[in-house]
Amino acid sequence: MEHFTFILALFATLFCLTYSVELTFELPDNEHQCFFESIEKGTKSTIEFQVITGGHYDVDMELTAPSGQVLYKDVKKQYDSFTWTADASGIYKFCFGNEFSTFSHKVVYFDLQVGDEKPLMEGMDSQAKAMTLMETSVQNVHEDFKTAIDYQTHFRLRELQGRSFAEDLNERVMYWSIGQSVVIVLIGIGQVMVLQSFFTDKHKTPSAT
Amino acid sequence: MLISCFSVLILISNVSCLYFHIGETQKKCFIEEIPDETMVVGKYKVEIFDRNVNDYIPTVYGLGMHVEVRDPDDKIILSRTYAAEGRFTFTSHTAGEHVVCLHSNSTAWFSAGQLRVHLDIQVGEHAVDYQQVQAKDKLSELQLRVRQLLDQVEQITKEQNYQRYREERFRQTSESTNQRVLWWSIAQTVILLITGFLQMKHLKSFFEAKKLV
Repeated sequence: MEHFTFILALFATLFCLTYSVELTFELPDNEHQCFFESIEKGTKSTIEFQVITGGHYDVDMELTAPSGQVLYKDVKKQYDSFTWTADASGIYKFCFGNEFSTFSHKVVYFDLQVGDEKPLMEGMDSQAKAMTLMETSVQNVHEDFKTAIDYQTHFRLRELQGRSFAEDLNERVMYWSIGQSVVIVLIGIGQVMVLQSFFTDKHKTPSAT
Repeated sequence: MLISCFSVLILISNVSCLYFHIGETQKKCFIEEIPDETMVVGKYKVEIFDRNVNDYIPTVYGLGMHVEVRDPDDKIILSRTYAAEGRFTFTSHTAGEHVVCLHSNSTAWFSAGQLRVHLDIQVGEHAVDYQQVQAKDKLSELQLRVRQLLDQVEQITKEQNYQRYREERFRQTSESTNQRVLWWSIAQTVILLITGFLQMKHLKSFFEAKKLV
């Protein structure tokens, strides 16, 4: 039983140590949204973010270490990726800011990867014991698939960005062409009225004198 | 023994590490763009800010989270109130953007506190708990690895099908836009001609009435 509790305790810490999360959220204008993650010392983490829709597709991002030191800060980025190794255990804070835009509402995607992937079973670590050739190749295939899924996600986001831009453009073109038709008709009426007023004035002036 | 062990495991895995803060009455939505027939598992835990302790503590007075999931057609596919800590699962039936919204069931209007929400959403193959699969099906290590590979391949295939579907839709949109631009430019030329014609007709009758011609 003691053995079990030990494994459980190990698993509990493992859950916090090895973690990956992808989220897509809406960021309204003039607002910022912070996320927090507890990271153990010495863990390598990667954060990737991308703006999917809204405005000029840009956002501010700031990553702060538990000590308050700013690890990463950039303004008006469309997408970026940042990898760091935690030099202290504690709560790392990352914030997305949209304070600079007054009316464009944005959708932001981020992917946070903390540490290595969780092993399938407890005690099943690649370093723990020698793997057979079969197991190694399965592991390699698994890694390749992970890369493929990763690329697919990126491709999907690029496509989404492109599509939302095209839809936006379509809408703007539509409104502008409606506006243009109205302008044509108004100019047509205006021209006739101006022309009429010229002749009416010319006609009236000699008859008055 | 084993079962109790796994139930404890599930309990532990409910506590996720990523968290954010929201107001007690605020609503927070997340978007998941997923192919059809994909399983999504969300785990969350909510804590409330206590002024006495000056820290976030687990909620005590029956504060829970309301989870609402809408599919791409804006139809509600999941709407339930859970406890302060819980797990929700849904499977998509149509491909597209699924919106997952979380808000607390708090009825506080004034002096609404801050909530800390731990959230973890895993999609597709990531949502599968291989610990449970192994316990249930009694698989060897290699079998379990192969099972994971199969799940991954399935996920990639679904995603690819979805991408193909979206590409098709995008192309249709582009083609219809192209058509509409063509027709619109013809219509605009016609408007221009009609305007010019009416102008001339009107001016002619005007000049005739003024006896200028």
